[in-house]
Amino acid sequence: MNASNSSHDRREDFSAFDALFNPKGVVVAGASSHPGKFGFVALHNILACGYRGAVGATNRDGGTVLGIETATDIESLDADTYDLVFVCTPASANPELLRACAKKGIRAAFVTSAGYAEAGEEGIGAQRQLVALANELGILLAGPNGQGVISTPAHLCAQIVAPYPPAGKIGIASQSGNFVSSFMNLAVQSGVGVSRAVSAGNAAAIGVADYLEYYANDPHTAVALAYLEGVSDGRALFERLRSVAACKPLVLLKGGATSGGQRAAASHTGSLASDDRVFDGMCRQAGITRAANVEEAFEAAATFATQPQLRGPKTMVITTAGGWGVVTADAIANSELELAALPADLKAAIDEKLPPRWSKNNPIDLAGGETRDTIPEVLQLVAAHPEVDAIVYLGLGIQSNQAQLLRNGPYYPDHGIERIVAYHERQDARFAQAAADVSAATGKPILTATELGVAAPDNAGPATVRTTGRLCYATANRAVAALEHLWRDARYRQRRLG
Amino acid sequence: MSTLSEAESKRLLGAHGVPFLEERIVTTPRDAVEAADELGYPVVAKLNGDKISHKTERGLVKLNLRDATSVEHAATELFAAATPQDGVVQVLIAPMLHGTRELIAGLLHDEQFGSTVMLGVGGVLAEAIQDVVFRLVPITEIDAQEMIEELATQPLLSEFRGEPAVDRSALIAVLLGLSRLSEGNANVQSVDVNPLIISPLDGRPVAVDALVEVAT
Repeated sequence: MNASNSSHDRREDFSAFDALFNPKGVVVAGASSHPGKFGFVALHNILACGYRGAVGATNRDGGTVLGIETATDIESLDADTYDLVFVCTPASANPELLRACAKKGIRAAFVTSAGYAEAGEEGIGAQRQLVALANELGILLAGPNGQGVISTPAHLCAQIVAPYPPAGKIGIASQSGNFVSSFMNLAVQSGVGVSRAVSAGNAAAIGVADYLEYYANDPHTAVALAYLEGVSDGRALFERLRSVAACKPLVLLKGGATSGGQRAAASHTGSLASDDRVFDGMCRQAGITRAANVEEAFEAAATFATQPQLRGPKTMVITTAGGWGVVTADAIANSELELAALPADLKAAIDEKLPPRWSKNNPIDLAGGETRDTIPEVLQLVAAHPEVDAIVYLGLGIQSNQAQLLRNGPYYPDHGIERIVAYHERQDARFAQAAADVSAATGKPILTATELGVAAPDNAGPATVRTTGRLCYATANRAVAALEHLWRDARYRQRRLG
Repeated sequence: MSTLSEAESKRLLGAHGVPFLEERIVTTPRDAVEAADELGYPVVAKLNGDKISHKTERGLVKLNLRDATSVEHAATELFAAATPQDGVVQVLIAPMLHGTRELIAGLLHDEQFGSTVMLGVGGVLAEAIQDVVFRLVPITEIDAQEMIEELATQPLLSEFRGEPAVDRSALIAVLLGLSRLSEGNANVQSVDVNPLIISPLDGRPVAVDALVEVAT
């Protein structure tokens, strides 16, 4: 599989990609009545996830599948009703199928069928012929041997696996279908959604870089998220990814980073080189956000998708308890972010809001001195200060966690418990909402981090972070890692693009 | 693949802005003393010739010569050590540079990405430390600046043990020079500028040795 080899002409417009991501109608070729088969699952997912265009299906023997009257062949379908075919038929049937599709005005095919380049010599030949045929017919060929395509603006889940993610602004393209699933499962978990997602499969005609170029021009996509393994023409890939990254943030997870390893080389330069070091340098030079693992990649993309653009490295920590702030300060100090000094005027302003025991430096540790309105007020004061670029906010949900214990205990709702539970939950919801509102109003990132986002996602604090559309970071370190990616991206743009 | 001689390597790199120590080629012990007087003490004396390699192993490098007497003595010894197989020989006199900090810079042809520029922490521990960054040719001034920023061993680049901070613009010029050399010489497969000593006087990088590999 290659990231950059492509017979698709890059200069052509993206209208064929619109047939893939915004089809007016979809045909499932090879729809099956057996619920264990891909041909059933694909049709099910298209129907079940809310696709509003026309849906057709073919089955060699005819019959009804999921309430859809199948046609025995493409010829029997209405013309100009469908522009995407989702292919679940055996490889040997596909050339004839594509010819028939072209006659019906179908302009894009997602081929999930196996038996191509992944299947040895014969499959390689079949794949080559399929690409040539698709080019001849003017059909955009996605796959083969791919899991499918997701497009939330079109409510389209043309996929042989789960999940269908919430709608959002992350555009996913991957050389491995499993990583599409992983990223989308994280989207389901976090609530930070996806615009488009596609597994390139064997990438016979269209590679990851082609999809990313579509995302670069896609108004529904704010950030591209990609998984790459093999690289063939590295120089061309570099140029193309650099162009994509110039349009919007591009987060990349690279597989096989440690393979290749050190070179056997005569020169010192050669002996210090490795595939991964060169790849890493390429990413820096292209403005690509390179992540080390799946969660870091998703969280970086989710942060780009949901937080305002970062303008500088000066980061403040606001915490309701000391230890968290200290560890977060360490993480910031070890990053390319800057643990900003607390400006004197800001210190004076916070002094007005808190009893004297608060930390009086960064991290801003409220030390339990907060009253009803302190947290929203301090968030506003800090975010509005010109010497602050971003905030990491810790301690959300503590009281609601206790509230949950009270609610589930034997004394609820008596002894005043009902009232205090409601108060705590109202407060944590308010704080989470304030973090999002203040961030949006000041145009500065505010990242909320608490393990309760994972341990107790129904807690009013994390649950409200989710309803604001933002990511609740599982740890402060992960929030800092995501923010550092934002800063590297912002600095790259500031230095080169003004 | 073949390598250029030390002198040819230095000439090619020097023409692309890589700074080398000023050095003199002499043919008599008397001229060696004159050269050392001009360059300033201490100096290094090496036997030089197209066919000479393994200088250190053969004892053909005399370090840290502090006065005229020791230079004359060393040059006499070096000329006497030449064998008929060495062909035409001279003695090379260069200032002895004591730098605490050594970097390495170079070019490398990568199979996937083509020509790359490299910068790293040099010296005898280089391959253990592995603090090294790459970029694809051609690089811009910003790329070069970011290569320097990306080295993990940043304290080495600041003021260090009484020596001034590394002159970053001079180091950027070296990296840009390597990039230009690569663009203009497609047959160059790899370049080692090693060590690239940070001068204790002004923090500027000075190349002491260089090796250029070319495709044949």
